[in-house]
Amino acid sequence: MSLVFEIIGAVLILIGGAFLLLGGLGIYRMPDVYNRLQAGTKATTLGGMSLILGVGFLKVEDDWTWMVKAMILVIFIAFSNPISSHALARAMYKRKRYPLIKNDDGNMDAYKEVETNEKKEEKK
Amino acid sequence: MTYIFYFAMFLMMVGVTLAAIRFVKGPTAGDRSVALDTLTTILVAALVLLAYIFDRYIYLDVALVYGVLGFIGVIVLARYLEGAL
Repeated sequence: MSLVFEIIGAVLILIGGAFLLLGGLGIYRMPDVYNRLQAGTKATTLGGMSLILGVGFLKVEDDWTWMVKAMILVIFIAFSNPISSHALARAMYKRKRYPLIKNDDGNMDAYKEVETNEKKEEKK
Repeated sequence: MTYIFYFAMFLMMVGVTLAAIRFVKGPTAGDRSVALDTLTTILVAALVLLAYIFDRYIYLDVALVYGVLGFIGVIVLARYLEGAL
């Protein structure tokens, strides 16, 4: 039984390391603030949760308190990472740095339509 | 078995290096904040892996506190960039 837990933990740790590397690479390579948020936040959320769970699985037969603390960390990452990335994207939009990607009529900006619709409803 | 941990740590350190280059180079304040957010998450995971390698339970608490402080720092930075502070 202990070998099964060791294999699960090692595989989870390798997946986590690979996805954390991809998160750093996305931060370095992507052209725009919003693309960087996408790459960095999603990849590091999956990678961090997987690696921490892997460490918990490796220690689960020795000392089960490691697994409890690892679950606390996983839940904290699942809460904090989307909140901080949402706050950053909102702040950059409020500073009028719009996305770089173009479509047929100018910059690709789906949020602008939502904002104008909300203003129209407020006027009514 | 130990080589797996060293290999995962090497992958994470490459990621940290790339994010740190963006943190130094980044053209605007928003890019630097995004890089700081990513650096915090990668380093929390690295601290948990170090806790297993050195077999110290207390390092998990260090990782948790570091994660909370980084989260609050990024939220405050975002509110400042928005112009709300």
